Amino acid sequence: MIDLSVKLPGLNLKNPIMPASGCFGFGREYSQFYDLSELGAIMMKAATAEERFGNQTPRVAETASGMLNAIGLQNPGVKQIIANEVPFIAQYDTKIIANIAGSTMEEYEYVAEAFNEATDVDALELNISCPNVKEGGIQFGTDPAMAAMLTEKVKKVSRLPVYVKLSPNVTNIVDLATAIEAAGADGLSMINTITGMQIDLAKRQPLLANQVGGLSGPAIKPIAIRMIYEVYRHVSIPIIGMGGIQNAEDVLEFLLAGASAVAVGTANFQDPYICPKIINSLPEVLEKYGFHSVQEAIGKGHV
Amino acid sequence: MRQELCVIKSVQEIALDTYEMKIVNKHISEHAKPGQFLHISVDGFTLRRPISIANIDQVHEEITLVFKVFGQGTKRLASYQQEMTINVLGPNGNGFPINDRKKVLLIGGGVGVPPIHFLGKKLAEQQVELTTILGFQQKESVFYEAEFNQFSETIIVTNDGSYGEKGFVTDVLTQIDEFDHYYACGPVPMLMAVQKQLSDKQGFLSLEERMACGVGACFACVIPTKDRSGYRKICQDGPVFQAEEIIL
Repeated sequence: MIDLSVKLPGLNLKNPIMPASGCFGFGREYSQFYDLSELGAIMMKAATAEERFGNQTPRVAETASGMLNAIGLQNPGVKQIIANEVPFIAQYDTKIIANIAGSTMEEYEYVAEAFNEATDVDALELNISCPNVKEGGIQFGTDPAMAAMLTEKVKKVSRLPVYVKLSPNVTNIVDLATAIEAAGADGLSMINTITGMQIDLAKRQPLLANQVGGLSGPAIKPIAIRMIYEVYRHVSIPIIGMGGIQNAEDVLEFLLAGASAVAVGTANFQDPYICPKIINSLPEVLEKYGFHSVQEAIGKGHV
Repeated sequence: MRQELCVIKSVQEIALDTYEMKIVNKHISEHAKPGQFLHISVDGFTLRRPISIANIDQVHEEITLVFKVFGQGTKRLASYQQEMTINVLGPNGNGFPINDRKKVLLIGGGVGVPPIHFLGKKLAEQQVELTTILGFQQKESVFYEAEFNQFSETIIVTNDGSYGEKGFVTDVLTQIDEFDHYYACGPVPMLMAVQKQLSDKQGFLSLEERMACGVGACFACVIPTKDRSGYRKICQDGPVFQAEEIIL
């Protein structure tokens, strides 16, 4: 019997698989396909203080082995999410991670504080790395001092464990990660999308209305693995890994690099059943490579 | 909506860069309504491609799709052969409301013609009186004229005048007799012109947009609404909207 469970701050996960924020909405759509109780956790779409309409369209584009997106944090606002979305997911036997975003430090604090009232939420994911909004977001995520200050402020107001989502759009990911750990983060999630652009040949202009978008999918997996590998050696808080995961072999690779759990994003769009499929095949893959549990494989790719 | 495997029965180029693909699937043929689409997985590509339904033959469990080759994904799809199996999510979205209609105007532009064809066939079955305007870029792009003629008076318009009347679909609107509802699908500039010119009529517009999930989870395909309540999702709330509801 292969043990898939993982214990992380605030999150006793029955398995290490969760849909990534922004790729799963608030679970309703995918609940048509399978029982969400199969999932280790659900990372909800980002919440901001007020409703946000997001960017103009087109918001997505296909790329080689991946896609670009620039949604722009469209969401109904934290109060609506707590009132209407959290109770829906809470019907299922899975953990809820609330992704929070903002344009100012005050907005992050406001949203984090609001989630204190949502008793069904188990942890926060601090989105300091969204590349697709004009203010805030990524700025907080590329300057270690700013990221640390924001982490500290959110930790101060929140009752929940805080996982900080790192931007890969930095020269030194370790400096960022260690600063955030020192500021009191309970965990890290990495990586967010990598900024990119595609130009429409006929129109002679960037294809996405936002011009720049975030690259995701298998194209970025080696970058995610490298960054997790580097960060794992320098921090002692757990890492939730993400970036182009498509199957259970990819999950094991992330575990070996140092992730304790993983999120699946873009792959949900190709196959709505991808998360349960990965959960079902993970024991076999762990066994094949000589592991009896998820816990046992974490960080074992380091030499 | 379900994830289904469908066997390809035929693939045929029916006009310039325009392909008709017939696929077989019981569930979809039984449940799909005019205006809904299929979200098709194309091997080697990250994102599925949303393709509208042009016709359904329930007896043979056969779905007809018509699509235009725009980029690499649709090019690959057009290269698929008979007997191959494709992975499809569908039927997705909401169809055209079609109850209690008497006289209807159908407007299709280019790759927007296929869902209008499926709709026209259904309305004709309900004895609705139909008039259709189909717009294409040029003679080589024209398709389904004979199919529409079977159930509707049909006017063909080409932008360059190489076939039918010259101009845009909106140029011939004045020739049309009274009607109680209209339905349109086509490029955004066409829909904007139709929406403006027929603002005194009750109409429904079917939209297309680049999609990712196709089920309403990712917020990629959205359209602003006139009541300022924010965006609606094309894949989930649409692709059909009341004409007065949306800002194009």
